[in-house]
Amino acid sequence: MVTKVNYPLTAGDKALTEDSPARVSPTLALLAGWLVPGAGHLLLGKWVRAGLLMVSILGMFAIGIALQGKVYTPNTGEPLDMLGFAGDLGSGLLYGLARLLGWGQAPVLVAVADYGTKFIVVAGLLNIVAAVDAHSLASGRKRS
Amino acid sequence: MSISHFGAVLLFSLFTSVVFGITQRAEPRMMVRFGAFCFALFAGGTVAASWVMWLIKH
Repeated sequence: MVTKVNYPLTAGDKALTEDSPARVSPTLALLAGWLVPGAGHLLLGKWVRAGLLMVSILGMFAIGIALQGKVYTPNTGEPLDMLGFAGDLGSGLLYGLARLLGWGQAPVLVAVADYGTKFIVVAGLLNIVAAVDAHSLASGRKRS
Repeated sequence: MSISHFGAVLLFSLFTSVVFGITQRAEPRMMVRFGAFCFALFAGGTVAASWVMWLIKH
């Protein structure tokens, strides 16, 4: 039995029924994209974009770690550290992995290590941008 | 890992431009164009800022 719905559809509803061929929930795309770089686009069937995003964000994060950049921890009391932590957290599971394995805990002593710290923070911020893009694609706010 | 300062600039510009290109434009051709534009701005801006700093110092 088919029930007729008598309320206006939101952009997200329309995307789920018409626009998005993959029919993925925008929230799921956002969460997946945040946890694993590129996973939001992968769920939406955007293979090439997902691969490029994954390589770029993972690459930035890995280079940052290899340069002995700092991985911020919460509750240090320093405002700039808290901002760095917010940026790092954007990497999702990568941040958890780094904390779990103790990466980026050594003190920053050379200039390139400071570059590494910035690479790690920016990787997290770019991952947030990518996850929001996956959400926009799934909700129909972005055309393709 | 050791990397030159200019190498770090190029890598940063490359990865950031790829993400900006994909996320800020809808059509593939425009993505490539915008990505290339961002890369040129990042790398060119850094070189220009370096020369400005050199001029200030001298």
